Amino acid sequence: MMLAALEPTPSWYLVLAALLFTIGAVGVLVRRNPLVMFMCIELMLNAVNLSFVSLASALDDVSGQTVVFFVLVVAAAEVVVGLGIVVAIQRRRPGATADDLAALKG
Amino acid sequence: MDAAVFFIAAAVILVGAVGVVVRANPVHAALSLVLTLFGVAVMFVLQEAHFLAAVQVIVYAGAIVVLFLFVLMLLGVDRAENLRTEPLAGQRPAAVVVGVVGLGLLLLALFARGGEIVTGRPSQGEPISGEGADIDKLARSLFSDYVFAFEVTSVLLVIAVLGTVLLARRPPRQVPTDEQAGA
Repeated sequence: MMLAALEPTPSWYLVLAALLFTIGAVGVLVRRNPLVMFMCIELMLNAVNLSFVSLASALDDVSGQTVVFFVLVVAAAEVVVGLGIVVAIQRRRPGATADDLAALKG
Repeated sequence: MDAAVFFIAAAVILVGAVGVVVRANPVHAALSLVLTLFGVAVMFVLQEAHFLAAVQVIVYAGAIVVLFLFVLMLLGVDRAENLRTEPLAGQRPAAVVVGVVGLGLLLLALFARGGEIVTGRPSQGEPISGEGADIDKLARSLFSDYVFAFEVTSVLLVIAVLGTVLLARRPPRQVPTDEQAGA
């Protein structure tokens, strides 16, 4: 079969990462639930991680993987702070969506 | 063989990503996110980044998605949203147009040089190929070239934990919610 002879090239991974990033970006623009918007941001971060890893192996340089390690840590910190903010907002305004938070006052 | 694994994992990633965006119930969206994260972990294994694949599954699929589900259950917002009504007229077509244009620009940037996709000089840092596991090379890079960034990361984590505890703490006296204040 043809598929057995094919080897994935870096461009395949980069195109997939571009698709994944686009889906995440559209999700942030379309959804109104702040938690789902966070999940879409995670999609975009994963797309960037995927392209970092594929470029690291394409250029034979471990620094790309090191950056992915840092992105993971920053993503974890971002989710923790973001969910803390969501919990604090939902406690004062139950059922708030991103549209209800247009004014930055309590 | 690698190509078959790539296509299966790519299908899993894209199905999960679309699921995150279109699922009405946030719990289903979180479970679709797990699908995508596992697919990305498979892609990492396919590119010999075994340590990052393990971290991806443990930290992302394990810790972060569980945190999402925990907050969803804590707030009781695990109800399906009404996605039929469009809150802002023309928002969704505009978002799709922005997405298509963005994707087009990304692909244009990728393929603008014709066949030469990956530019830049190889092996500026430590090479991945050669003897030893990828975790050894990653550790050597992390604790030599990037040791300052690593230390700053620990400060970041402490700040994040402190900030979250302060944010999510119950206020000392009961602040009335908007509904109660309006009534």
